[in-house]
Amino acid sequence: MSTLLAVLVDGVIYASWLFIIAAGLTIIYGVMRILNMAHGSFYALGAYAAASLVGVWLRGGRPPMGSYAMLALAAILVGVVAGPVIERGLLRFAYGKDEVVLVLITYAVFLILEDAVKLAWGVESYFVTEPYGLLGNLEMGPLSYPVYSGVLVLVAVAVGVALRWGIYGTRYGKLLTAVIHDREVSAALGIDVGRVYLVTFTLGTMLAAAGGALTAPMVSVVPGMGVEVIVLAFAVVVIGGLGSVPGAALGSLVVGLVRSAAVHWLPQVELFSIYLVMALVLAFRPRGLFVAAEARKI
Amino acid sequence: MIRRRWTTAGLGIALVAVVGVAPLLPRWSLFVVTISLAKGLVALGLLLLMRTGLVSFGQGLYYAVGAYAAGVGAEALHLSDAVPMVILGALAAAAVALVLGLLLARYRAIFFAMLSLAFSMILYGVLVKTSAFGSTDGFNVAPKSILGFAAAGPAGRFGVYGVAALCAFGATLGIDRYLRSKLGRLAPAVRDNELRVEYMGASVRNVVHLHLVLAAALAGLGGALTALAVGHVDPEMAYWTTSGEFVFIAILSGTSSVAAPFVGALLLELLRSFAYEHAPNTWQLVMGVAMLGVILFLPEGLWSLFRRRVRSAT
Repeated sequence: MSTLLAVLVDGVIYASWLFIIAAGLTIIYGVMRILNMAHGSFYALGAYAAASLVGVWLRGGRPPMGSYAMLALAAILVGVVAGPVIERGLLRFAYGKDEVVLVLITYAVFLILEDAVKLAWGVESYFVTEPYGLLGNLEMGPLSYPVYSGVLVLVAVAVGVALRWGIYGTRYGKLLTAVIHDREVSAALGIDVGRVYLVTFTLGTMLAAAGGALTAPMVSVVPGMGVEVIVLAFAVVVIGGLGSVPGAALGSLVVGLVRSAAVHWLPQVELFSIYLVMALVLAFRPRGLFVAAEARKI
Repeated sequence: MIRRRWTTAGLGIALVAVVGVAPLLPRWSLFVVTISLAKGLVALGLLLLMRTGLVSFGQGLYYAVGAYAAGVGAEALHLSDAVPMVILGALAAAAVALVLGLLLARYRAIFFAMLSLAFSMILYGVLVKTSAFGSTDGFNVAPKSILGFAAAGPAGRFGVYGVAALCAFGATLGIDRYLRSKLGRLAPAVRDNELRVEYMGASVRNVVHLHLVLAAALAGLGGALTALAVGHVDPEMAYWTTSGEFVFIAILSGTSSVAAPFVGALLLELLRSFAYEHAPNTWQLVMGVAMLGVILFLPEGLWSLFRRRVRSAT
């Protein structure tokens, strides 16, 4: 019984973490049709930025609670710097190319950013564990969880609600939906498609960076930390359906629960269970669980 | 017909040259060239897929299967000679592709890329947790002989190099012939318009399936050769970054010539060895910039530079 509870709680925590990252990936794909391999690098950038900012904040002897603000600041900074630079500076020259070519371009960006991170921060690892332990623990029956994990879940829920409200409840969301359905007609009707793309990419980058910033206190921040996250986030969005935010939520839950079940009951299958689910979903519902099949255009 | 003879002659000269200069090469570069030949074979398979309009982000799967089959086969089947080990690697990878192809052949574009990626990551996960295969450490592979000659010391390294050169020669010639055949000419047709190919009476799925198997066999061959050259296999061979590297080689070389993947692979390996020596933290950056440059400014790959010059000369 307590194992089941542990599986569920661990699964939800892991799913929350995944959702924050995958939501960014899926909105970028949904709007721009770019399967962004550089997403893992943005995640790593967020983690490094968070490690540096929190370090600077605490070294100054400031109140430790402010380190949470630093995590948020790190995500925002990475988003508004890296997002526009890459979208305006590179991706906008590639719009209209084949989806696979766009994947390759973002793969190149990933390679560049991997080393850019090493050049900027060096190859040694960073530790900023203060925000993780600061909130204490939460007793759940026989189990004890850090409150920080609860914060992660809350952030994920907030991101989900905000995205849903942003897309369905605001004027900007309606413009976004129009661009998703038909880019050319939207442009003809006077929507600034370039700006929609810029905002979307920045937002997606910010979410990846937020995922990284929130992870930084829980792990050691090392080079190459984004490499695994890319394929994990891919698995999530493919399971839920590329471009769908509810799909990303469902995909995160599936991956989170499958992984934590595997960790608790069958540790040998932990690594590949996620990809097995991904392959199964692709085999039976190639467009994912949440996206309706698209009519083929000839 | 004349072009075919030219290709054979050109590749023959390349083979003689590659084998001929071997004794003159310093030891480290002998290894680099062997690995380039092995990786070039994998990229040659990707070239075939790319001509069919598919980009696989999971060739590492077949690469690892080939390498592990060569190693495990050596023990289980008591194959101690390098040549049967290499053949076993290629066959094992082809067999895996034959099965997976039943599913993969129905997918296109990013869905194909994602599914092949998922398969390779499954293998990675399995290999990492299989203690019989040494988990994350992998295991050592050492052939006792190469075509009957003892495979110890420098002679063995030269032998593996020779086998790699022969494999590359044979595979390149074979793929070149194939691409000029009636069936091979369907590849660009499938890429351009699948529906028309079907209307003409050919089966797109069979063509794609066949190309998947051929590409896998080449990747398995490359994997087995790598295992022999390095003397070691590990699960990293199935990880997605390995597959990404093959895609990088294929993009860099372009799809216009069957010889290009080997040049691309050699460039990459040379770049890597120099970067490891002088700037270990910037070599991926160089790779990324090179890849961006090629995609944006030379969509046909580096080979097109050479081609354009030839054309303008005539």
